[in-house]
Amino acid sequence: MTAAVEGSPSLRMTRARRNALLQSEPVQGLALISPTFIYALILLVLPILVVIAHSFWTQHYLTIDRTFTLENYRVALTEPIYRDLLWRSLYISLTVSLLTVLLAYPIAYFISFHGGRHKSLWLFLITIPFWTSYLLRVMSWKVILGYNGVLNSGLMGLGVIDEPSTALLYNSSAVIITLTHAWAAFAILPIFVSLEKVDRTLVEAATDLGDGPLRSFLRVTLPLSAPGIISASLIVMIPTVGDYVTPKLVGGKDGVMIANAIQAQFGKASNWPLGAALSVTTMLVVTLMAGATVLIIRALQRLAR
Amino acid sequence: MIALRRFLSGGWLRAYAFLYVVFLYLPVIFLPIFSVNTAATPKFPLTGFTLHWYQDLPRTPALLDAAWNSLIVGVSAAVLSTLLGILAARSITRYRYPGRSTIHGLIMAPLVLPEVIVAISMLLVMLQLGLSLSLFTVVLGHVLVCIPYSMTVLTSGFEGFDRSLEEASADLGESAFGTFRRVTLPMVAPAIISSLLVCFTISLDEFIIAFFLTGTEATLPIYIWGQLRFAAKLPGVLALGTLLLVASFLLMTVAEILRRRAAGRTQNEGGLYA
Repeated sequence: MTAAVEGSPSLRMTRARRNALLQSEPVQGLALISPTFIYALILLVLPILVVIAHSFWTQHYLTIDRTFTLENYRVALTEPIYRDLLWRSLYISLTVSLLTVLLAYPIAYFISFHGGRHKSLWLFLITIPFWTSYLLRVMSWKVILGYNGVLNSGLMGLGVIDEPSTALLYNSSAVIITLTHAWAAFAILPIFVSLEKVDRTLVEAATDLGDGPLRSFLRVTLPLSAPGIISASLIVMIPTVGDYVTPKLVGGKDGVMIANAIQAQFGKASNWPLGAALSVTTMLVVTLMAGATVLIIRALQRLAR
Repeated sequence: MIALRRFLSGGWLRAYAFLYVVFLYLPVIFLPIFSVNTAATPKFPLTGFTLHWYQDLPRTPALLDAAWNSLIVGVSAAVLSTLLGILAARSITRYRYPGRSTIHGLIMAPLVLPEVIVAISMLLVMLQLGLSLSLFTVVLGHVLVCIPYSMTVLTSGFEGFDRSLEEASADLGESAFGTFRRVTLPMVAPAIISSLLVCFTISLDEFIIAFFLTGTEATLPIYIWGQLRFAAKLPGVLALGTLLLVASFLLMTVAEILRRRAAGRTQNEGGLYA
């Protein structure tokens, strides 16, 4: 009777094991995250694979020829216009990440070491402008730097200049200023987090052992905050390479970047494979640049210690 | 040497920090200033106060359409990305399994990828699948970029969540769903509302993805982009921009207060009952 109800011992075992498996942590965790994960696979990974595939094909007017070719990459890497745009984009994004990190570090240091009770208020103050529309922030720089803009009319009002300067807007410096402002908050947060993790007793120990404030900063605090500097640089560098709005609004002819060329291939020029090859090239080159940055910062960190 | 010590001990740093905050806010302040100025070009000296540019806004049908579209897209994107965010954040904070950090990294990736590349790759797939571009495709794109923010807000609300409370509820005979509804949900509700507000704000302000993925319907940023070509329309754009700034500012402040409360609540109660 009992045996009939409970089934054979081996069957009971497998069922129990299956139940245990279904209730095990890994399965439940994976099941729970799968909708979000699948969403990211379909709308991020699949699209990027499709772009990579397109970069090896050819556009024939309205149809796409799917025979493998490296022609798009040859054009992307050797045509002077694309090569120059890529170089300029890399130069701008490198300058912007260097500037944001340099400007942000003292603020992060101040909040972490001297923020006291107002730490979270400071962080809130600094992140709020970042939540306002990016388009509007770029637009306000156009208002400031324009020919009839705030800076020109202000300087003329003060008698510093006699006529509006055209040097302010529509060049790569305008792009650099605007981007540095737009990404400031992104750089402060990771540096702040890594400074918070610095063991304060180590700094005290350095001071007790006779290091001055500058030496203990350079040899203890700065190297220990290197992870924050690394993630701040990457978080600024990678997205700014592909910025579209800023060059379009304040860049003028001299400030055009690679994203504008990519957009043109998907819009007016209607050459998807070339646009795809430009995108893939940009991603690869910025990954290399990011990797080099990480290596350089790590090497400096080792030297400092 | 003394000057250096003072520098590192905060006096100069404090001054620098104030200057930096000014640098962060200054450009944004010019939008509201010139939106109430009578002159059509934004330059000093100011010519006089007017609300004329604001009064014109409700009389522009294209603008009202764009606002309505933005509302639909924002609400849909906020609800969908928060739902997906809840599942993922719960999984990340509650369970340990192989591949966890890889999956987490993939979900967070849109945060650090150039937006143009994310946008054009989605565009390619959607065109290949034969989806016609509409507000729906914009929502799909916005959900992808909102999920990382939703995850960040929700994980900070879910972390430190005391699991023994849920176990107690289950021991007392509550079903899994009942436990979630009556124990888990009330504790994480502020974090969920915060995530909804953050995602709505991001969608409301997002331009690039909407620009590539929309068909003929414009959202507010796309409407603004279109108006920027006409110098005479600038004051109207500044007025609209000011309203968007105020909306974003309010939404984010409420979201931040709620997020703090959520983080405080799970940790305090955990501490109280542990």
